[in-house]
Amino acid sequence: MESIKDKVAVVGMGCTNFGEKWGENADDMAVEATKEALEDAGLELKDINAAVQTTLFTGETGSQLARWLKLNYVPVSRVENFCSGGLDAFRTACYYVASGTYDIVLANGTEKLMDHAGGFGKVIPSSFDLPGVDHDLPPATTFAFFAVRYMEKHNISYDRMRRILARLEVKNHHNGTLAPKSHLKREITIDDVLNAPMVTYPFGLYDCCGMSDGSASCIVTTPEIAESLRDDYVLVKGLAIANGAGQAYFKASDNTLIGGGDKLEANFPETVNAARSAYAQAGVKDPRKEVSHFEVHDCFSSTELLTYEDLLISPFGKAPEDLEAGRFDLDGEQPCNTDGGLKSFGHPVSASGIRMLYELYKQLQGKAEKRQIKNPKLGLAHNLGGVCGYYNVAVCLIGGRD
Amino acid sequence: MIGITSYGAYVPLWRLSRDAIAKGAKGEKAICHYDEDAITMAVAAAADCLHGVEREKVDGLIFASTNSPYKEKQAASIVAAGADLRRDIVTADFAGSLKAGTTGLRFACDAVKAGSAKQMMVTAADRRQGAPLSAYDQDLGDGAAALMVGDSNVIASLEGSYSISDEILDVWRSSDDTFLRTTHERFAQTEGYVKVISEAIAGLMKKNKLEAKDFAKIAIYTPTARRVADVAKKLGFDAKTQVQDVFFSVMGNTGVPYAMMLFVAALEEAKPGDLILLAGYGDGADAFAFRVTEEIEKVRGNAARRGMKKHLDSKMVINDYKTYWLWRGLLNPITEEGFLPHHYWKTSPVMLWRERDRILRFRGGKCKACGAVNFPPQRACGNCGTEGQFDSVRLSDKKGTIWTFSMDYLSSQVEVPIVCPLVHLEGGGRFQVYMTDCVAEEVKVGMEIEMSFRKIMVRDGINNYYWKATPIRA
Repeated sequence: MESIKDKVAVVGMGCTNFGEKWGENADDMAVEATKEALEDAGLELKDINAAVQTTLFTGETGSQLARWLKLNYVPVSRVENFCSGGLDAFRTACYYVASGTYDIVLANGTEKLMDHAGGFGKVIPSSFDLPGVDHDLPPATTFAFFAVRYMEKHNISYDRMRRILARLEVKNHHNGTLAPKSHLKREITIDDVLNAPMVTYPFGLYDCCGMSDGSASCIVTTPEIAESLRDDYVLVKGLAIANGAGQAYFKASDNTLIGGGDKLEANFPETVNAARSAYAQAGVKDPRKEVSHFEVHDCFSSTELLTYEDLLISPFGKAPEDLEAGRFDLDGEQPCNTDGGLKSFGHPVSASGIRMLYELYKQLQGKAEKRQIKNPKLGLAHNLGGVCGYYNVAVCLIGGRD
Repeated sequence: MIGITSYGAYVPLWRLSRDAIAKGAKGEKAICHYDEDAITMAVAAAADCLHGVEREKVDGLIFASTNSPYKEKQAASIVAAGADLRRDIVTADFAGSLKAGTTGLRFACDAVKAGSAKQMMVTAADRRQGAPLSAYDQDLGDGAAALMVGDSNVIASLEGSYSISDEILDVWRSSDDTFLRTTHERFAQTEGYVKVISEAIAGLMKKNKLEAKDFAKIAIYTPTARRVADVAKKLGFDAKTQVQDVFFSVMGNTGVPYAMMLFVAALEEAKPGDLILLAGYGDGADAFAFRVTEEIEKVRGNAARRGMKKHLDSKMVINDYKTYWLWRGLLNPITEEGFLPHHYWKTSPVMLWRERDRILRFRGGKCKACGAVNFPPQRACGNCGTEGQFDSVRLSDKKGTIWTFSMDYLSSQVEVPIVCPLVHLEGGGRFQVYMTDCVAEEVKVGMEIEMSFRKIMVRDGINNYYWKATPIRA
């Protein structure tokens, strides 16, 4: 099996403002994001050979992207992977290029959550094998399972956990204020977080990400073509996805937070598996040293905290220590969610994965303005979708030219 | 010998202080939680009755209630599924009248006597509704009972029965009415209840050559706390020693199951040889004489059975009319369905039917290759990967522990917060589920739970039932 490393280049990226975009429809946003990506790459719409689109809520075909952009009978596949559709669309586009079938491929993620009161939950399509009458837990509840189990496993009191998570959200809110396109631009304090109304135990208001409209686009091509387009293109180093099959529920010997077992091997096992695969492809031996900056799927505060460990950056049980030592701050050793993450930048479901790449890419190019980090070399994006036990987790690594 | 072979009861955990209805009113009444109805209570009473009984040997189930959630569609078939009974049985709803339970009991006895069934279970449950702040609102409680009728290992043998059919408008509710209607109370109780139930009991005694002094206990329906004394006096029973306590101050008049629940309470205290009278009333009356046998000790010795005493002792009292009204579905600010508004998918009767063993019977798959319990049932074993080799196993009677949990403060107007545990079941099976009948502040990792059949929500006229976890009820 060959590695994807250095076979695909990112040459153009675009992203709309994320937020409550009452006056804009999905087509407005997808056109805006794609236009920025084309301009960034120095390409025109007619140069696109193929496209991959991701939305969760339309139930339509890829033709909706063709209709919006007025693509001329080029193939458009639509992928749907709950919240991780963005990185899966990107991954699919990369394989189109790596296979040699298409030269220039567009990946777009677009979501219009705010058209329906209740947003997310009101437009979720039904599943084949769940009648929807048994139990039906909103996302916050299932992610809270992990937080409560983490507290139990590591003997962390509720009050202590609240403070750890508050520290994390203060960071993400701060970063969001420095990102021009973010949804929420407000500094918060530890006390703001601690005093906020409860959403789902143990999460308060500030532990939950923003629900937003938005779109993001990415153009990938071969390194050879990239060379002809710009000097500061970015190379794909690793692409991985891992899907859970409910091992935590069914495996007698499952060593995860949810499954139990004596020896903790993973909080979110899908993330550990995807990370290992991506690191192997990229030749990363020590992610704590080699990953320069990363964007994680912080749908809820504790998801980010536990993901530090699942990405093998913090040892199990040590994420709070690293967080509080400032390791993941903008000026820390391994800045995380430098644009505010899902929490502050916003979370238009399928657009989020490509938004993460947008930030990693801008950082690698030195164009992140007030939030620019020092020495960006290898960026990691982590995108997670689905429900407890059955997550779809994508981990992608991109880096600058050697 | 034909008679009762097992018994069970169910009283909801929750009690409403009558003071919440009328300032200074005494006592409490048992009330359904927001996720309970006549069907869920009947399933709970059936489970209580099934302790020590082989479910595979039950040949029929009667569900008696004035409050089936369906006008057209059987409720007994849902109760039988919830109780995980066999498929080749007879099920029937007995409805409309307050004596539906005792009439169902009479038909069950006849079926066993005729030999068409070896064992029949009679379940009765009611969740009646008086108009807001009315006397009925104070008097009526919710509950259920289940009696097994059979021809072997009889704990109370049927000595005789007697019925009256009587046409009178004393209590009624048309198919369009939400609340019960009644007429002049003195008329309803003197010409209706006292006269007619007395006529049935007197008829029973005459037919079977019995006298009042022959009975150790009389377990008879009563519309109010006091009225039963009028019947006792009229027939020569000693109100102090012979009349079963009617639990009016701690439970209220539970309607169709009421007489059967009182009979269960009498059985809990009875000695072998005791003669017990059971009489139900409503558009006539049914009266039965049962003789308690030595077998009662075996059934009573089963510690898992809660019956009346344990159910009555285990309670949580609220003194808040708004909460009670919200739980009744009569004060719902957003939607009449509204138990859990985040249930976004339309109910598919096809999917419900296909998944019926999991949804209603709460059955999982036990892998024949490795023994792992898979819930929900899988096509291939999640532990060893073997495909399609499962034994269907009942999980509704298993206990478990909370592995982790969360509490949702936003999704419901009816219950805040909704407690959502992830449970590890004894003997295998890990799953997410809702929790009910709990105090949120007391929920913690490691807490022991049991399963309870509940109504999740109503949508498109479909009552959706599933299992929830509850703390182990004392």
